Amino acid sequence: MAISKRIVLHFPRRLVEQPVIYRLVKDYNLEFNILKASITAEPEEEGLMVLELKGEQEEYDNGINFLLKTGVKIQSLSQDFTRNEERCTHCGACITICPPGAFELDPETRQVKFVDEKCVACGLCIKACPPRAMEVHF
Amino acid sequence: MKTIDEINEKIKQGKALVVTAEEIIDLVKEKGVKKATQEVDVVTTGTFGPMCSSGAYFNIGHSKPRIKLGGGRTYLNDVLAYPGLAAVDLFLGANALPDDDPRNRVHPGEFNYGGGNVIEELVAGKDIRLTATAYGTDCYPRKKLETWINIKDLNEVVLFNIRNAYQNYNVAVNLSDKTIYTYMGVLKPHLGNANYCSAGQLSPLQNDPHYKTIGIGTKIFLGGGVGYVAWQGTQHNPNVLRSENGVPKRGAGTLAVIGDLKQMSPKWLVGTSMFGYGCTITVGVGVPIPILSEEILRYTAVTDDDIWAPIVDYSDAYPNQKPDILGEVSYAQLKSGSIAVQGKKVPTGSLSSYLRAVEIANILKEWILSGQFLLTEPVALLPGVESGVTFKPLKERPLET
Repeated sequence: MAISKRIVLHFPRRLVEQPVIYRLVKDYNLEFNILKASITAEPEEEGLMVLELKGEQEEYDNGINFLLKTGVKIQSLSQDFTRNEERCTHCGACITICPPGAFELDPETRQVKFVDEKCVACGLCIKACPPRAMEVHF
Repeated sequence: MKTIDEINEKIKQGKALVVTAEEIIDLVKEKGVKKATQEVDVVTTGTFGPMCSSGAYFNIGHSKPRIKLGGGRTYLNDVLAYPGLAAVDLFLGANALPDDDPRNRVHPGEFNYGGGNVIEELVAGKDIRLTATAYGTDCYPRKKLETWINIKDLNEVVLFNIRNAYQNYNVAVNLSDKTIYTYMGVLKPHLGNANYCSAGQLSPLQNDPHYKTIGIGTKIFLGGGVGYVAWQGTQHNPNVLRSENGVPKRGAGTLAVIGDLKQMSPKWLVGTSMFGYGCTITVGVGVPIPILSEEILRYTAVTDDDIWAPIVDYSDAYPNQKPDILGEVSYAQLKSGSIAVQGKKVPTGSLSSYLRAVEIANILKEWILSGQFLLTEPVALLPGVESGVTFKPLKERPLET
Protein backbone atom coordinates (compact mmCIF):
# COMPACT_ATOMS: atom_id res chain seq x y z
CA MET A 1 0.00 0.00 0.00
CA ALA A 2 1.37 3.42 -0.99
CA ILE A 3 1.47 6.07 1.69
CA SER A 4 2.41 9.73 1.88
CA LYS A 5 3.40 11.57 5.04
CA ARG A 6 4.71 14.98 6.00
CA ILE A 7 7.61 14.75 8.41
CA VAL A 8 10.15 17.03 10.02
CA LEU A 9 13.78 15.85 10.08
CA HIS A 10 16.38 17.20 12.46
CA PHE A 11 19.93 16.50 11.23
CA PRO A 12 22.71 16.61 13.81
CA ARG A 13 25.69 18.68 12.76
CA ARG A 14 27.82 15.68 11.76
CA LEU A 15 25.22 14.61 9.17
CA VAL A 16 24.78 17.94 7.48
CA GLU A 17 27.27 17.05 4.76
CA GLN A 18 25.99 13.51 4.15
CA PRO A 19 23.67 12.76 1.18
CA VAL A 20 21.04 11.20 3.42
CA ILE A 21 17.98 12.02 1.33
CA TYR A 22 19.67 10.58 -1.76
CA ARG A 23 19.76 7.17 -0.02
CA LEU A 24 15.99 7.34 0.56
CA VAL A 25 15.51 7.50 -3.20
CA LYS A 26 18.25 5.08 -4.21
CA ASP A 27 17.85 2.36 -1.58
CA TYR A 28 14.22 2.67 -0.51
CA ASN A 29 12.54 3.82 -3.70
CA LEU A 30 10.85 6.76 -1.93
CA GLU A 31 9.62 9.91 -3.58
CA PHE A 32 10.25 13.15 -1.72
CA ASN A 33 9.15 16.75 -1.93
CA ILE A 34 11.10 19.27 0.13
CA LEU A 35 8.71 21.74 1.76
CA LYS A 36 11.28 23.55 3.83
CA ALA A 37 15.00 23.27 4.55
CA SER A 38 17.20 25.35 6.80
CA ILE A 39 20.14 25.35 9.17
CA THR A 40 19.18 26.49 12.62
CA ALA A 41 21.30 28.15 15.27
CA GLU A 42 18.86 27.65 18.14
CA PRO A 43 18.54 25.61 20.30
CA GLU A 44 21.64 24.13 18.65
CA GLU A 45 23.18 24.16 15.24
CA GLU A 46 21.47 21.51 13.14
CA GLY A 47 19.83 20.93 9.81
CA LEU A 48 16.08 21.05 9.60
CA MET A 49 14.05 19.70 6.74
CA VAL A 50 10.33 19.37 6.19
CA LEU A 51 9.60 16.60 3.70
CA GLU A 52 6.66 15.01 2.09
CA LEU A 53 7.67 11.37 1.73
CA LYS A 54 5.79 8.96 -0.53
CA GLY A 55 6.23 5.24 -1.17
CA GLU A 56 5.12 1.69 -0.39
CA GLN A 57 4.43 1.15 3.32
CA GLU A 58 7.21 -1.40 3.76
CA GLU A 59 9.82 0.68 1.94
CA TYR A 60 8.65 3.78 3.79
CA ASP A 61 9.11 2.05 7.15
CA ASN A 62 12.55 0.79 6.12
CA GLY A 63 13.51 4.28 4.97
CA ILE A 64 12.43 5.78 8.27
CA ASN A 65 14.42 3.13 10.13
CA PHE A 66 17.47 4.00 8.06
CA LEU A 67 17.05 7.69 8.94
CA LEU A 68 16.73 6.91 12.63
CA LYS A 69 19.86 4.73 12.54
CA THR A 70 21.90 7.53 11.01
CA GLY A 71 20.89 9.71 13.96
CA VAL A 72 18.26 11.87 12.29
CA LYS A 73 15.42 12.78 14.64
CA ILE A 74 11.95 12.55 13.09
CA GLN A 75 8.68 14.17 14.06
CA SER A 76 5.43 14.25 12.18
CA LEU A 77 4.66 17.74 10.93
CA SER A 78 1.42 17.96 12.85
CA GLN A 79 3.40 17.92 16.10
CA ASP A 80 5.30 21.01 14.98
CA PHE A 81 2.50 23.31 13.87
CA THR A 82 -0.18 23.50 16.48
CA ARG A 83 -3.01 25.82 17.33
CA ASN A 84 -3.36 27.20 20.84
CA GLU A 85 -7.05 26.46 21.28
CA GLU A 86 -7.37 28.92 24.15
CA ARG A 87 -6.18 31.82 22.01
CA CYS A 88 -7.97 30.95 18.78
CA THR A 89 -11.12 33.05 18.40
CA HIS A 90 -12.28 31.28 15.21
CA CYS A 91 -12.36 34.58 13.34
CA GLY A 92 -11.09 33.13 10.06
CA ALA A 93 -8.29 35.57 9.20
CA CYS A 94 -6.04 32.55 8.49
CA ILE A 95 -8.28 30.92 5.90
CA THR A 96 -7.33 32.90 2.82
CA ILE A 97 -3.71 33.29 3.92
CA CYS A 98 -2.83 29.58 4.06
CA PRO A 99 -1.48 28.43 0.63
CA PRO A 100 -2.55 24.75 0.89
CA GLY A 101 -5.89 25.64 2.53
CA ALA A 102 -5.23 23.95 5.88
CA PHE A 103 -7.84 26.09 7.62
CA GLU A 104 -11.44 25.26 6.86
CA LEU A 105 -14.56 27.06 7.97
CA ASP A 106 -17.41 24.80 8.98
CA PRO A 107 -20.41 26.58 7.44
CA GLU A 108 -22.76 25.16 10.08
CA THR A 109 -20.92 25.85 13.33
CA ARG A 110 -18.76 28.74 11.94
CA GLN A 111 -15.80 27.02 13.60
CA VAL A 112 -12.40 27.27 11.91
CA LYS A 113 -10.78 23.84 11.69
CA PHE A 114 -7.02 23.37 11.39
CA VAL A 115 -6.42 20.36 9.16
CA ASP A 116 -2.79 19.70 10.05
CA GLU A 117 -2.29 17.00 7.39
CA LYS A 118 -2.58 19.77 4.80
CA CYS A 119 -0.01 22.03 6.52
CA VAL A 120 3.23 22.57 4.56
CA ALA A 121 4.97 24.45 7.38
CA CYS A 122 5.35 27.70 5.44
CA GLY A 123 4.61 29.67 8.60
CA LEU A 124 2.47 32.36 6.93
CA CYS A 125 -0.32 31.83 9.46
CA ILE A 126 1.91 32.55 12.47
CA LYS A 127 2.01 36.30 11.95
CA ALA A 128 -1.26 36.63 10.05
CA CYS A 129 -3.20 35.29 13.06
CA PRO A 130 -4.51 38.34 14.97
CA PRO A 131 -4.59 36.70 18.44
CA ARG A 132 -1.32 34.84 17.66
CA ALA A 133 -2.87 31.41 18.21
CA MET A 134 -0.68 29.47 15.76
CA GLU A 135 2.52 28.06 17.20
CA VAL A 136 5.55 26.41 15.69
CA HIS A 137 7.76 24.02 17.66
CA PHE A 138 10.63 23.00 15.38
CA MET B 1 -46.66 48.21 22.49
CA LYS B 2 -44.64 47.14 25.52
CA THR B 3 -42.50 49.22 27.86
CA ILE B 4 -39.07 48.38 29.27
CA ASP B 5 -40.63 48.36 32.77
CA GLU B 6 -43.13 45.73 31.68
CA ILE B 7 -40.38 43.63 30.13
CA ASN B 8 -38.28 43.89 33.33
CA GLU B 9 -41.28 42.77 35.37
CA LYS B 10 -41.56 39.67 33.16
CA ILE B 11 -37.81 39.04 33.51
CA LYS B 12 -38.12 39.19 37.32
CA GLN B 13 -41.02 36.75 37.24
CA GLY B 14 -39.08 34.42 34.93
CA LYS B 15 -41.73 34.83 32.25
CA ALA B 16 -39.81 36.77 29.62
CA LEU B 17 -39.21 35.26 26.19
CA VAL B 18 -35.66 36.04 25.11
CA VAL B 19 -34.16 34.95 21.78
CA THR B 20 -30.95 35.77 19.94
CA ALA B 21 -30.81 37.92 16.80
CA GLU B 22 -30.19 34.68 14.90
CA GLU B 23 -33.12 32.78 16.42
CA ILE B 24 -35.55 35.66 15.83
CA ILE B 25 -35.14 35.27 12.05
CA ASP B 26 -36.83 31.86 11.87
CA LEU B 27 -39.29 32.76 14.60
CA VAL B 28 -40.59 35.72 12.58
CA LYS B 29 -40.75 33.59 9.42
CA GLU B 30 -42.79 31.04 11.31
CA LYS B 31 -45.13 33.25 13.33
CA GLY B 32 -45.20 36.54 11.49
CA VAL B 33 -44.28 39.99 12.80
CA LYS B 34 -47.47 40.60 14.78
CA LYS B 35 -47.48 37.39 16.77
CA ALA B 36 -43.70 37.43 17.29
CA THR B 37 -43.92 40.99 18.66
CA GLN B 38 -46.55 39.91 21.18
CA GLU B 39 -44.52 36.91 22.30
CA VAL B 40 -40.87 38.02 22.24
CA ASP B 41 -39.63 40.43 24.90
CA VAL B 42 -35.92 40.73 24.19
CA VAL B 43 -33.60 39.98 21.27
CA THR B 44 -29.93 39.62 22.17
CA THR B 45 -27.10 40.57 19.81
CA GLY B 46 -23.35 39.99 19.90
CA THR B 47 -20.10 40.81 18.17
CA PHE B 48 -16.48 39.78 18.76
CA GLY B 49 -13.84 41.41 16.62
CA PRO B 50 -10.72 43.57 16.75
CA MET B 51 -11.89 46.98 17.96
CA CYS B 52 -9.52 49.90 17.95
CA SER B 53 -10.30 52.98 20.04
CA SER B 54 -10.42 50.70 23.07
CA GLY B 55 -8.58 51.36 26.30
CA ALA B 56 -8.71 51.35 30.05
CA TYR B 57 -8.20 53.94 32.74
CA PHE B 58 -7.23 53.20 36.28
CA ASN B 59 -6.13 54.69 39.56
CA ILE B 60 -3.08 52.94 41.00
CA GLY B 61 -3.26 54.51 44.48
CA HIS B 62 -0.69 56.83 46.03
CA SER B 63 2.85 55.72 46.83
CA LYS B 64 4.74 56.77 49.91
CA PRO B 65 6.29 59.29 49.42
CA ARG B 66 3.89 60.49 46.75
CA ILE B 67 4.64 60.78 43.03
CA LYS B 68 2.83 62.84 40.40
CA LEU B 69 2.89 60.85 37.16
CA GLY B 70 1.13 63.59 35.18
CA GLY B 71 3.72 65.35 33.04
CA GLY B 72 6.11 62.41 33.41
CA ARG B 73 6.32 59.12 31.56
CA THR B 74 4.71 55.85 32.60
CA TYR B 75 5.05 52.35 31.19
CA LEU B 76 3.13 49.14 31.83
CA ASN B 77 5.14 46.09 30.76
CA ASP B 78 7.18 48.64 28.75
CA VAL B 79 4.05 49.80 26.88
CA LEU B 80 3.50 53.55 27.05
CA ALA B 81 0.50 54.56 29.19
CA TYR B 82 -0.84 58.11 29.32
CA PRO B 83 -0.41 59.76 32.75
CA GLY B 84 -1.35 63.32 31.78
CA LEU B 85 -4.60 63.40 33.75
CA ALA B 86 -3.46 63.80 37.35
CA ALA B 87 -1.06 62.21 39.87
CA VAL B 88 -1.92 58.50 39.73
CA ASP B 89 -4.63 58.13 37.08
CA LEU B 90 -3.49 56.40 33.90
CA PHE B 91 -5.06 55.74 30.53
CA LEU B 92 -3.80 52.80 28.51
CA GLY B 93 -4.78 52.60 24.84
CA ALA B 94 -5.03 49.30 22.95
CA ASN B 95 -2.75 50.56 20.16
CA ALA B 96 0.09 51.69 22.47
CA LEU B 97 3.51 50.07 21.91
CA PRO B 98 6.77 49.73 23.83
CA ASP B 99 9.27 52.48 22.90
CA ASP B 100 11.72 49.83 21.67
CA ASP B 101 9.27 48.00 19.43
CA PRO B 102 10.81 48.25 15.93
CA ARG B 103 7.37 49.05 14.45
CA ASN B 104 7.58 48.94 10.65
CA ARG B 105 11.28 49.78 10.48
CA VAL B 106 11.65 46.35 8.92
CA HIS B 107 8.37 46.06 7.07
CA PRO B 108 6.07 44.33 7.89
CA GLY B 109 6.54 44.65 11.64
CA GLU B 110 5.25 41.87 13.86
CA PHE B 111 3.62 43.94 16.64
CA ASN B 112 3.53 41.04 19.04
CA TYR B 113 2.84 43.02 22.21
CA GLY B 114 1.01 46.26 22.88
CA GLY B 115 -1.65 47.96 24.97
CA GLY B 116 -4.30 45.38 24.07
CA ASN B 117 -2.08 42.61 25.40
CA VAL B 118 -1.47 44.53 28.65
CA ILE B 119 -5.24 44.91 29.11
CA GLU B 120 -5.70 41.17 28.48
CA GLU B 121 -3.01 40.28 31.05
CA LEU B 122 -4.36 42.80 33.55
CA VAL B 123 -7.87 41.35 33.33
CA ALA B 124 -6.39 37.82 33.57
CA GLY B 125 -5.02 38.79 36.99
CA LYS B 126 -1.35 38.75 35.98
CA ASP B 127 1.13 41.08 37.64
CA ILE B 128 2.05 44.05 35.44
CA ARG B 129 5.39 45.87 35.68
CA LEU B 130 4.93 49.63 36.16
CA THR B 131 7.91 51.90 35.58
CA ALA B 132 7.58 55.67 35.75
CA THR B 133 9.57 58.85 35.93
CA ALA B 134 8.21 62.20 37.11
CA TYR B 135 9.58 65.71 37.68
CA GLY B 136 8.86 66.00 41.41
CA THR B 137 7.07 68.75 43.34
CA ASP B 138 6.97 69.85 46.96
CA CYS B 139 3.79 67.86 47.56
CA TYR B 140 4.73 64.96 45.22
CA PRO B 141 8.53 64.71 45.75
CA ARG B 142 9.21 61.29 44.22
CA LYS B 143 10.75 61.15 40.75
CA LYS B 144 10.95 57.45 40.06
CA LEU B 145 8.63 54.50 40.60
CA GLU B 146 9.16 50.84 39.73
CA THR B 147 6.68 48.29 41.01
CA TRP B 148 4.48 45.34 40.17
CA ILE B 149 0.79 46.14 40.05
CA ASN B 150 -2.18 43.79 40.00
CA ILE B 151 -5.79 44.50 39.06
CA LYS B 152 -7.04 43.31 42.46
CA ASP B 153 -4.98 45.96 44.30
CA LEU B 154 -5.86 48.91 42.07
CA ASN B 155 -8.68 51.31 42.84
CA GLU B 156 -10.91 51.93 39.83
CA VAL B 157 -10.04 49.87 36.74
CA VAL B 158 -12.41 50.82 33.96
CA LEU B 159 -12.57 49.67 30.37
CA PHE B 160 -13.54 52.71 28.33
CA ASN B 161 -13.72 52.14 24.59
CA ILE B 162 -14.54 55.31 22.74
CA ARG B 163 -15.46 53.59 19.47
CA ASN B 164 -16.65 49.98 19.35
CA ALA B 165 -19.26 47.89 17.57
CA TYR B 166 -19.20 49.63 14.18
CA GLN B 167 -22.64 49.26 12.65
CA ASN B 168 -21.18 48.04 9.36
CA TYR B 169 -17.76 47.91 7.78
CA ASN B 170 -15.73 47.85 4.58
CA VAL B 171 -14.76 44.67 2.79
CA ALA B 172 -11.03 45.10 2.19
CA VAL B 173 -9.25 43.99 -0.99
CA ASN B 174 -5.94 44.77 -2.68
CA LEU B 175 -5.80 45.75 -6.37
CA SER B 176 -2.05 46.39 -6.39
CA ASP B 177 0.66 43.93 -7.40
CA LYS B 178 2.20 43.46 -3.97
CA THR B 179 0.97 42.09 -0.65
CA ILE B 180 -0.21 44.79 1.74
CA TYR B 181 -0.44 44.63 5.53
CA THR B 182 -3.44 46.47 6.91
CA TYR B 183 -5.71 46.73 9.93
CA MET B 184 -8.02 44.54 7.83
CA GLY B 185 -5.37 41.82 7.78
CA VAL B 186 -2.89 40.65 5.16
CA LEU B 187 -4.28 41.40 1.71
CA LYS B 188 -2.81 39.50 -1.19
CA PRO B 189 -2.16 41.24 -4.53
CA HIS B 190 -4.49 41.26 -7.53
CA LEU B 191 -7.62 40.62 -5.47
CA GLY B 192 -6.05 37.57 -3.81
CA ASN B 193 -8.46 37.71 -0.88
CA ALA B 194 -11.19 39.85 0.66
CA ASN B 195 -11.45 40.46 4.41
CA TYR B 196 -14.54 41.64 6.26
CA CYS B 197 -15.23 42.41 9.89
CA SER B 198 -18.79 42.31 11.19
CA ALA B 199 -21.12 39.86 12.87
CA GLY B 200 -23.71 40.88 10.25
CA GLN B 201 -27.17 39.76 11.32
CA LEU B 202 -26.01 39.38 14.94
CA SER B 203 -24.27 42.75 15.17
CA PRO B 204 -25.83 45.10 17.77
CA LEU B 205 -26.41 48.23 15.68
CA GLN B 206 -27.50 46.24 12.60
CA ASN B 207 -30.46 45.08 14.68
CA ASP B 208 -31.41 48.60 15.72
CA PRO B 209 -30.42 50.53 12.60
CA HIS B 210 -32.08 53.80 13.61
CA TYR B 211 -30.96 53.68 17.28
CA LYS B 212 -34.54 53.42 18.57
CA THR B 213 -33.62 51.45 21.70
CA ILE B 214 -29.83 51.56 22.08
CA GLY B 215 -28.83 54.81 23.74
CA ILE B 216 -26.78 56.34 26.50
CA GLY B 217 -27.13 54.20 29.59
CA THR B 218 -28.08 50.98 27.81
CA LYS B 219 -26.79 48.06 29.88
CA ILE B 220 -24.76 45.61 27.80
CA PHE B 221 -22.43 42.59 27.77
CA LEU B 222 -18.90 44.01 27.64
CA GLY B 223 -15.72 41.95 27.73
CA GLY B 224 -17.44 39.11 29.58
CA GLY B 225 -18.93 41.38 32.24
CA VAL B 226 -21.60 44.04 32.46
CA GLY B 227 -21.02 47.43 30.86
CA TYR B 228 -22.97 50.40 29.59
CA VAL B 229 -23.24 52.49 26.47
CA ALA B 230 -21.60 55.77 27.52
CA TRP B 231 -22.14 57.85 24.39
CA GLN B 232 -22.17 57.52 20.64
CA GLY B 233 -18.74 56.31 19.55
CA THR B 234 -16.29 58.56 17.76
CA GLN B 235 -16.86 58.74 13.99
CA HIS B 236 -20.57 57.96 14.62
CA ASN B 237 -22.12 58.70 11.25
CA PRO B 238 -25.84 58.05 10.93
CA ASN B 239 -26.07 59.86 7.58
CA VAL B 240 -24.74 57.21 5.25
CA LEU B 241 -26.35 55.36 2.38
CA ARG B 242 -29.02 52.99 3.72
CA SER B 243 -31.03 50.13 2.22
CA GLU B 244 -34.82 50.34 2.09
CA ASN B 245 -34.92 48.36 5.35
CA GLY B 246 -33.02 51.19 7.06
CA VAL B 247 -29.82 49.17 7.38
CA PRO B 248 -26.70 51.22 6.59
CA LYS B 249 -24.66 50.11 3.59
CA ARG B 250 -21.54 51.83 4.94
CA GLY B 251 -19.76 52.17 8.32
CA ALA B 252 -22.40 54.37 10.05
CA GLY B 253 -23.07 54.24 13.80
CA THR B 254 -20.64 53.38 16.59
CA LEU B 255 -20.81 53.00 20.37
CA ALA B 256 -18.64 54.32 23.20
CA VAL B 257 -18.85 51.71 25.95
CA ILE B 258 -17.71 51.58 29.56
CA GLY B 259 -17.54 49.00 32.33
CA ASP B 260 -15.65 47.76 35.39
CA LEU B 261 -12.69 45.75 34.10
CA LYS B 262 -12.47 43.83 37.37
CA GLN B 263 -15.52 41.74 36.46
CA MET B 264 -14.49 41.08 32.86
CA SER B 265 -12.62 38.12 31.42
CA PRO B 266 -9.57 37.58 29.16
CA LYS B 267 -11.68 35.28 27.01
CA TRP B 268 -13.58 38.34 25.81
CA LEU B 269 -10.71 40.86 25.74
CA VAL B 270 -7.97 39.38 23.61
CA GLY B 271 -4.74 41.25 22.81
CA THR B 272 -4.47 41.32 19.03
CA SER B 273 -1.62 41.84 16.58
CA MET B 274 -2.21 43.00 13.04
CA PHE B 275 0.91 42.09 11.05
CA GLY B 276 2.52 45.21 9.59
CA TYR B 277 -0.12 47.45 11.15
CA GLY B 278 -0.01 47.42 14.94
CA CYS B 279 -1.54 46.17 18.15
CA THR B 280 -5.17 46.32 19.14
CA ILE B 281 -7.68 44.32 21.15
CA THR B 282 -10.52 41.98 20.24
CA VAL B 283 -13.57 42.93 22.28
CA GLY B 284 -16.81 41.11 22.99
CA VAL B 285 -19.91 43.33 22.97
CA GLY B 286 -23.53 42.20 23.27
CA VAL B 287 -26.56 44.47 23.41
CA PRO B 288 -30.11 43.44 24.38
CA ILE B 289 -32.89 44.93 22.30
CA PRO B 290 -36.28 45.27 24.00
CA ILE B 291 -39.12 44.43 21.63
CA LEU B 292 -41.26 47.51 22.23
CA SER B 293 -43.07 47.55 18.89
CA GLU B 294 -43.55 45.72 15.60
CA GLU B 295 -41.15 48.17 13.97
CA ILE B 296 -38.36 47.27 16.41
CA LEU B 297 -39.02 43.57 16.00
CA ARG B 298 -38.87 43.87 12.22
CA TYR B 299 -35.43 45.46 12.53
CA THR B 300 -34.12 42.60 14.67
CA ALA B 301 -35.24 40.02 12.09
CA VAL B 302 -32.67 41.37 9.60
CA THR B 303 -30.67 38.62 7.87
CA ASP B 304 -27.23 38.46 6.29
CA ASP B 305 -28.97 38.65 2.91
CA ASP B 306 -30.28 42.11 3.75
CA ILE B 307 -27.04 43.68 5.00
CA TRP B 308 -24.70 45.10 2.37
CA ALA B 309 -21.10 46.25 2.66
CA PRO B 310 -18.86 48.17 0.27
CA ILE B 311 -15.76 46.57 -1.29
CA VAL B 312 -12.83 48.94 -0.89
CA ASP B 313 -9.32 48.79 -2.35
CA TYR B 314 -6.88 49.19 0.54
CA SER B 315 -3.88 49.70 -1.76
CA ASP B 316 -5.16 53.02 -3.05
CA ALA B 317 -8.77 54.13 -2.40
CA TYR B 318 -8.58 53.69 1.38
CA PRO B 319 -5.15 55.22 2.13
CA ASN B 320 -5.75 58.12 -0.23
CA GLN B 321 -9.29 58.86 0.93
CA LYS B 322 -10.83 58.24 -2.46
CA PRO B 323 -14.57 57.56 -2.34
CA ASP B 324 -14.46 54.83 -5.02
CA ILE B 325 -15.85 51.43 -4.18
CA LEU B 326 -15.62 48.24 -6.23
CA GLY B 327 -19.18 47.17 -5.54
CA GLU B 328 -21.39 45.98 -2.72
CA VAL B 329 -21.83 42.49 -1.30
CA SER B 330 -24.16 41.02 1.28
CA TYR B 331 -22.90 39.30 4.41
CA ALA B 332 -24.55 36.13 3.14
CA GLN B 333 -22.26 36.29 0.10
CA LEU B 334 -19.24 37.08 2.28
CA LYS B 335 -19.97 34.13 4.55
CA SER B 336 -20.31 31.75 1.58
CA GLY B 337 -16.50 31.76 1.30
CA SER B 338 -16.05 33.80 -1.85
CA ILE B 339 -17.35 36.88 -3.62
CA ALA B 340 -17.10 38.20 -7.16
CA VAL B 341 -15.05 41.37 -7.63
CA GLN B 342 -14.35 42.76 -11.12
CA GLY B 343 -15.39 39.39 -12.54
CA LYS B 344 -12.91 37.47 -10.38
CA LYS B 345 -13.81 34.93 -7.70
CA VAL B 346 -12.16 36.18 -4.51
CA PRO B 347 -11.95 34.04 -1.34
CA THR B 348 -13.22 35.77 1.80
CA GLY B 349 -11.88 35.77 5.35
CA SER B 350 -13.30 37.35 8.47
CA LEU B 351 -11.62 39.23 11.29
CA SER B 352 -14.73 39.09 13.44
CA SER B 353 -15.65 35.73 14.97
CA TYR B 354 -19.23 34.79 14.22
CA LEU B 355 -18.91 31.71 16.44
CA ARG B 356 -18.06 33.88 19.43
CA ALA B 357 -20.73 36.45 18.51
CA VAL B 358 -23.33 33.68 18.77
CA GLU B 359 -21.83 32.69 22.14
CA ILE B 360 -22.15 36.28 23.42
CA ALA B 361 -25.78 36.56 22.30
CA ASN B 362 -26.49 33.28 24.10
CA ILE B 363 -24.68 34.31 27.31
CA LEU B 364 -26.63 37.57 27.39
CA LYS B 365 -29.84 35.62 26.81
CA GLU B 366 -28.98 33.32 29.76
CA TRP B 367 -28.24 36.31 32.00
CA ILE B 368 -31.63 37.82 31.20
CA LEU B 369 -33.52 34.53 31.57
CA SER B 370 -31.90 33.94 34.97
CA GLY B 371 -33.25 37.28 36.19
CA GLN B 372 -29.82 38.71 37.04
CA PHE B 373 -29.71 41.13 34.10
CA LEU B 374 -32.49 43.71 33.78
CA LEU B 375 -32.82 46.09 30.86
CA THR B 376 -32.23 49.81 31.24
CA GLU B 377 -34.10 52.71 29.70
CA PRO B 378 -31.62 54.88 27.77
CA VAL B 379 -31.29 58.35 29.32
CA ALA B 380 -30.75 59.82 25.85
CA LEU B 381 -30.80 58.34 22.37
CA LEU B 382 -27.86 58.36 19.98
CA PRO B 383 -27.88 60.91 17.16
CA GLY B 384 -29.91 59.52 14.27
CA VAL B 385 -30.35 60.54 10.66
CA GLU B 386 -32.39 63.59 11.71
CA SER B 387 -29.49 64.95 13.82
CA GLY B 388 -27.52 65.91 10.73
CA VAL B 389 -24.39 64.47 12.36
CA THR B 390 -21.79 63.39 9.80
CA PHE B 391 -18.20 62.14 9.87
CA LYS B 392 -16.00 64.93 8.57
CA PRO B 393 -12.51 64.51 7.15
CA LEU B 394 -9.67 66.58 8.58
CA LYS B 395 -9.55 70.10 7.21
CA GLU B 396 -5.82 70.70 6.93
CA ARG B 397 -4.58 74.27 7.13
CA PRO B 398 -0.89 74.98 6.59
CA LEU B 399 0.89 76.46 9.61
CA GLU B 400 2.98 78.75 7.44
CA THR B 401 1.91 80.34 4.17
